[in-house]
Amino acid sequence: MTTRIGVVTFPGTLDDQDALRAVRIAGAEPVSLWHRDKDLHQVDAVVLAGGFSYGDYLRAGAISRFSPVMETLIEQAKAGMPVLGICNGFQILTEAHLLPGAMLRNNHLHFICRDQKLRVENAETAWTSDYAPGQEISVPLKNMDGRYTADERTLDELEAEGRVAFRYLDGNPNGSLRDIAGITNAAGNIVGLMPHPEHAVEPLIGTGRTDGLGFFTSIIKKLVNA
Amino acid sequence: MSLDTVKHAAETPDAEQPWKELGLKEDEYARIREILGRRPTGAELAMYSVMWSEHCSYKSSKVHLKQFGEKVPANDAMLVGIGENAGVVDVGQGYAVTFKVESHNHPSYIEPYQGAATGIGGIVRDILAMGARPVAVVDPLRFGAADHPDTKRVLPGVVAGIGGYGNCLGLPNIGGEVVFDACYQGNPLVNAGCIGVMKHEDIHLAQASGPGNKVILYGARTGGDGIGGVSVLASETFESTGPAKRPAVQVGDPFQEKLLIECTLEIFKEKLVAGIQDLGGAGLSCATSELASAGSGGMRVELDTVPLRDSSLSPEEILMSESQERMCAIVEPQHVDRFLEICEKWDVIATVIGEVTDGSQLEIFWHGEQIVDVPPRSVAHDGPVYHRPFARPSWQDALQADDAGKLARPANAAELREQVLRLVASPNQASKAWITDQYDRFVQGNTVLAMPEDAGMVRIDAESNLGVALATDGNGRYAKLDPYTGAQLALAESYRNVAASGAKPLAISDCLNFGSPEDPDVMWQFAEATRGLADGCLELGTPVTGGNVSLYNQTGETAIHPTPVVAVLGVIDDVNRRTPVAFAEEGQLLYLLGDTAAEFGGSAWSEVVHHHLGGLPPKVDLAREKLLAEILISGSRDGMIDAAHDLSDGGLIQAVTESCLRGGKGARLVVPDGLDAFTFLFSESAGRAVVAVPRSEELRFTDMCGARGLPVARIGVVDGEEIELQGEFSIPLSELRTAHEATIPALLA
Repeated sequence: MTTRIGVVTFPGTLDDQDALRAVRIAGAEPVSLWHRDKDLHQVDAVVLAGGFSYGDYLRAGAISRFSPVMETLIEQAKAGMPVLGICNGFQILTEAHLLPGAMLRNNHLHFICRDQKLRVENAETAWTSDYAPGQEISVPLKNMDGRYTADERTLDELEAEGRVAFRYLDGNPNGSLRDIAGITNAAGNIVGLMPHPEHAVEPLIGTGRTDGLGFFTSIIKKLVNA
Repeated sequence: MSLDTVKHAAETPDAEQPWKELGLKEDEYARIREILGRRPTGAELAMYSVMWSEHCSYKSSKVHLKQFGEKVPANDAMLVGIGENAGVVDVGQGYAVTFKVESHNHPSYIEPYQGAATGIGGIVRDILAMGARPVAVVDPLRFGAADHPDTKRVLPGVVAGIGGYGNCLGLPNIGGEVVFDACYQGNPLVNAGCIGVMKHEDIHLAQASGPGNKVILYGARTGGDGIGGVSVLASETFESTGPAKRPAVQVGDPFQEKLLIECTLEIFKEKLVAGIQDLGGAGLSCATSELASAGSGGMRVELDTVPLRDSSLSPEEILMSESQERMCAIVEPQHVDRFLEICEKWDVIATVIGEVTDGSQLEIFWHGEQIVDVPPRSVAHDGPVYHRPFARPSWQDALQADDAGKLARPANAAELREQVLRLVASPNQASKAWITDQYDRFVQGNTVLAMPEDAGMVRIDAESNLGVALATDGNGRYAKLDPYTGAQLALAESYRNVAASGAKPLAISDCLNFGSPEDPDVMWQFAEATRGLADGCLELGTPVTGGNVSLYNQTGETAIHPTPVVAVLGVIDDVNRRTPVAFAEEGQLLYLLGDTAAEFGGSAWSEVVHHHLGGLPPKVDLAREKLLAEILISGSRDGMIDAAHDLSDGGLIQAVTESCLRGGKGARLVVPDGLDAFTFLFSESAGRAVVAVPRSEELRFTDMCGARGLPVARIGVVDGEEIELQGEFSIPLSELRTAHEATIPALLA
């Protein structure tokens, strides 16, 4: 049976088509999910894509977090369903308290779009197992509110438990504490990051690299072997 | 104040009316009275004043723009021509592309963030209204001197506005320009372009036909923003003295626009609309009169049903409001329910505000009382047409006689080296990454090329790899020296940029930015530039699909440089064959294509080193441009070139520097026979490009150039970590990079 991976569209989600394409390129069946629909349509995993859901007008992710689809998703994620939050999706995951911490406005106060080098710090999560530990990858980064923050105790805990999944290399682009680009929950099924792996899955498009494809091949292998 | 109904207007012919304050001239007001056979009501006056403004009616430019329709090259790619919201071009495989560039200059000076943001919003709705999915935006920008304090107010606001709106909308920003010149102080140019893609059968036109069909207004509620923006803002010169008439600039809501796009595309998909129009300048006045006049003519609107943000708005204000993120659709009665259902799905407010009638008048009612009864064509299309006087400026000859050839050239290799570094670090030639990194260029996942490439390129079909490219160019300094040639140079450069990316140029759109049409000098510049552009398009075989004119870009007596910005659209059958600018592999051979002459009039070198503007701009040879483009396209298609960069402002050294920095590789250059080092590096002769050829393709490539008669000279090789000009100087890439990349952040960050 083909692996079914859902991608949620909230009002103002922008990278949903890209995430669906990445799922397809990686070899799974992409399934569009709608924010008003509580039903996850038997998907095996979910991607919360990037964008500006509800315009980020209140606080990035703060409104989407209360949508009908999230009710089911929060419940299922807690039960172990793999969820990847990219950019706005990461912001929604922190707003939903599925991942700790929060994102503040970039320290330079500008939107920033660039190729970003990352180190995969944890290659054992559901979404990173196709990478080697410590592997350096380059994927696009593009956001306004990307500065990861949490209290010292949480940060120490994340470090101690190996839950810092990705760290920025060659310059912290936004002032994120401890250069954190992405994190995972303790179980490793929920991963969130600010950079966009779904934009780095075809050699010709975007950065010209396919470093992001590993996220999607990781989850497919995990689900197939499960 | 009591309601000024049609009946009341007929009974009170002598009532005083604020036509002057609304920007109408006395004879224009008299004309309106003549058309209606009575005085207009307040609401009618509001409609005529905005629709007959320079911005909406093109009253000063129309007689010159006619040429674009008359000098049409034989080209079967055009599906929809000038006059619709945007032109449509056939790009093959059943796809059609629509694209357009518009100005939002005046609002962006007053309120940089919102002015620029709503500029993006407006052009995107124009494209959407043609039935297309918007796929990319570009932004040609002009600001005052880079080190002027006000530039630090205007530029960051404009850039943040373009980013804030465009990024939230989910459209990749793939190109454009940033130019600084003191002439734009007080009159920055904020042009915005958009490309949209659709299947041929999905083309929608702005027309209201079929009596009984419903008029549906959907999108944002109508508020008091931007009222009179069109007539007062865009059509009056900024006076240096006296109290300014500055109505509110519109405020954008990109989230609402994103919903509007998705909602509209879903409505198109189900084929629910008979006609559609976006609401931009002149708001409902424009949409209702244009839709009605393009259809059978009759329309009845109940204006009090329009959803409002501010319940105290008068009917006149509702008609003039330029509130953003609104569209107006004509829908057959049996489709209305489904239409409203889709709007509900996307949380978009939609209201039936009227219907198409079998009459010939546009009739608007306010709580049952008639306040407008006009022939819609008289509002939308029968505005005044001016034959403004124009004459070659008295100073033009002296300017052209002030030849740049007499300027002191670098005396030795050390000076030459120093001037290269000054050139690539100058604000106009420096890297604009600080600006373009504030725009999302990746969203939608189809971006093949984006800034700082020669042209932006997006894939439009993931199966076949069909793609389109767009470049925008304009050089106000060239156009000031000779507007006819300057316009052709803008066309040639944009055309060349598209070809350098590997795409075949198909058609153009333009944004013509000039000073006051009431000044005969400016009108001459405009007449010359339009003539140059029309002649150029005829020769290149690229039709003008539409465009935009922005006049009154001047403060007091001082006009901006005439600045025709030309956008060329190209198509590429397989985006895998695109050509980047980066010199990425050592050993690639560098060839200079075209002829280089000592042409420095209006050049970047003359500006940077001598603060000089005089003489004649580079000569234009459009037959040569065509040949060069064919070579660039064939070379790309057949794998003979790895990289290409067009040569324009800054000359060869600017192009080589950019290509080296982009690829992270150096170059060893030699001056070809017959040229001196200075001319080789800094000349801005048109019709040229530098290409990187893999060694294995050298013969095949030079044979092709030879057989086609294109001059080609081997000028070096990609190698090392510096740019070396044999026998003259060498500069480490790190030094070039610092010079090139530090300028803009130092000035603006």
